[in-house]
Amino acid sequence: MMLIDEFDPMKGEMLQILDKEGNVVAKSLEPKLPVEILRKMYYYMVLSRACDERMLKLQRSGRIGTFAPSVGQEAAQVGSALALGKEDWSVHSFREQAAYYLRGVPPEKLFLYFGGDPRGNMIPVDVNATPMAVPVSTQVPHAVGIALASKMRNDGRVVMVYFGDGGTSEGDFHEGMNFAGVFKCPVVFVCQNNQWAISVPRERQSASRTLAQKALAYGFKGILVDGNDVLAMHAACKEAVERARSGGGPTMIEAYTYRMWMHTTADDPSKYRSREEEKEWAEKDPIKRLRNYLTAKKVWNEEFEKEVQAKAASEIERAVKAMEGIEPLKPDDLFDYMFAKITKPLAEQKEYLKKALAEREVEEEKQEIIGGFP
Amino acid sequence: MQINMVEAVNQALREEMKRDKRVILLGEDVGVDGGVFRATEGLYKEFGPERVMDTPLAESGILGVSIGLALNGMRPVAEMQFSGFFWPAFDQLISHAGRYRNRTRGRFNLPLVVRFPCGGGVKALEHHSESYEAIYAHAPGVKVVYPSTPYDTKGLLKSAIRDPDPVVFMEHKKLYRAFRQEVPDGEYLVPIGESKVVQEGSDMTLISWGAMTLPVQRAAGLVAAHGVTCEIIDLRTISPLDMDPVISSVEKTGRCVIVEEGHRMCSVGAEIVAQINEKAFLSLKAPPLRVSGFDVPAPFYKMEDWYLPDTDRVVKAMRSVMKY
Repeated sequence: MMLIDEFDPMKGEMLQILDKEGNVVAKSLEPKLPVEILRKMYYYMVLSRACDERMLKLQRSGRIGTFAPSVGQEAAQVGSALALGKEDWSVHSFREQAAYYLRGVPPEKLFLYFGGDPRGNMIPVDVNATPMAVPVSTQVPHAVGIALASKMRNDGRVVMVYFGDGGTSEGDFHEGMNFAGVFKCPVVFVCQNNQWAISVPRERQSASRTLAQKALAYGFKGILVDGNDVLAMHAACKEAVERARSGGGPTMIEAYTYRMWMHTTADDPSKYRSREEEKEWAEKDPIKRLRNYLTAKKVWNEEFEKEVQAKAASEIERAVKAMEGIEPLKPDDLFDYMFAKITKPLAEQKEYLKKALAEREVEEEKQEIIGGFP
Repeated sequence: MQINMVEAVNQALREEMKRDKRVILLGEDVGVDGGVFRATEGLYKEFGPERVMDTPLAESGILGVSIGLALNGMRPVAEMQFSGFFWPAFDQLISHAGRYRNRTRGRFNLPLVVRFPCGGGVKALEHHSESYEAIYAHAPGVKVVYPSTPYDTKGLLKSAIRDPDPVVFMEHKKLYRAFRQEVPDGEYLVPIGESKVVQEGSDMTLISWGAMTLPVQRAAGLVAAHGVTCEIIDLRTISPLDMDPVISSVEKTGRCVIVEEGHRMCSVGAEIVAQINEKAFLSLKAPPLRVSGFDVPAPFYKMEDWYLPDTDRVVKAMRSVMKY
């Protein structure tokens, strides 16, 4: 029996394998994952958390700009992204650090991106992932187009697209889901329902009992999953990816999770949600949950923890160095990537800017015109 | 071979689909029906439902899915059924199509075309008569093509399909079957980004594109009988705007009238006047004038003749430029 047949989103049934303490609550569903996979899950969740912590410091000290942290959503991202094969595609919104790292996008790309540098969007050529889409849910139809192209070529690739609970209110979400259903595209829709779209709660986005049930209206299955349970996320996504790969069409996964930090570093959640709620969700922390499970499995011990922390720390040091050591941008960079071949108007604008920068007429510090006027 | 503009579109699509199997068409009614203007007639039969796809009625979805297809190695040509229905897709155009190459430093590019019928003068229903080239031209990273003849339409559409970057391709409904023109039997391309001097003259420069080339040609013929010779320029591409022929011409004639169907505020004509002022100010014998649509929505068709620039309004502007 498939998981998507077992858990009915219309009834609010939620797939959960581990409870919040990491105890196995659904023994029959516990996946037999190799130890290396369990370790990998833990490492990427820890790395993502540590990167967010470091990025917050970088942001507070002005070394990068505003960013959207993933803290609390690591299991939802790692469990899903790990279900993809190397050649598969992931299509992204802006709160998917853990998924990006796992797919092979190194942390310095995200540091650069949030530091206002477009080179952060240069996804490595061997990684089939799109850059972050900032306008909410606009990436959803892209995923469907990518999947459609793969289906036409019959290349066996699957596409996973991420968006949030707020994103399900956007037209592009619905248009993408509808196209995917009609064309039976190999795409997995992963909704990270983190309960809050900045200050607007989940119930203000939709009167649907679950978000997963929206899939039914588009002619395919949806499943509600405990998004803080990495085993459940992985099991559901693996099934959905396999279904897509074998011609079974799209699936929607609703990852029921929580944004433990702020929306972005410019946001103050205390204005709109209670300490009690935050505390309650802190107890469901996905990293703690996996650690407890791994402890019971005898995969986790102090030594392993030290190893993981050291590996994450050195990766972050490397990434910070890579970000800070990158060659400065040039005025040419403003224009040179607009078209395959620069257009004449852009070439003129580029020369104008370079000349203006080379021959300044205002002494900025003194706010004085250099030379006479006119 | 003599063809009209709709046949030019159809031939360009067919030839490019034959040449490159990555070229696929998608849109509302483009398949079995062959498009509401018959632009894709016969292509569904020839290339099958996978390459000529009837889609759900969702403009943003059509362009968004096209972006995904282009990201994954295809060369989609999307049709918006009418320009008036483009707007749900505008977010995809301005937020993604025009930005993707730049924001990924060339890691990804989007070889896609979005084409649609536009323009007034055919007594169409509300929302079926707009000419919003100025809005598309304002979007960075997107090329905007607006041909006026069957020959240019075929050659430009083929170039657009081969272009590695997104192209908005505007087809004026009034021109679809307005006249036939000789095109070569063999293959030819017309480059994007080149304005064309269609008639040489010395007294005045007339600039237009799309269906406004019609009143311009008529007006030029009328004043010729009075000994005034006009240099006529057809922009063909709105963005990137090729101003060189315009500037050379204005340097020669010193007088200029721009005729456009779009609204007056922030129009393409306004951009042309600004550039003439910057680049040919001392050659001017009179202020360049615009004859344009008004700042009202493309009107109900009983009033569209008042809205659309006609030969009379063009001649009025030409007279005031000559008499200045």
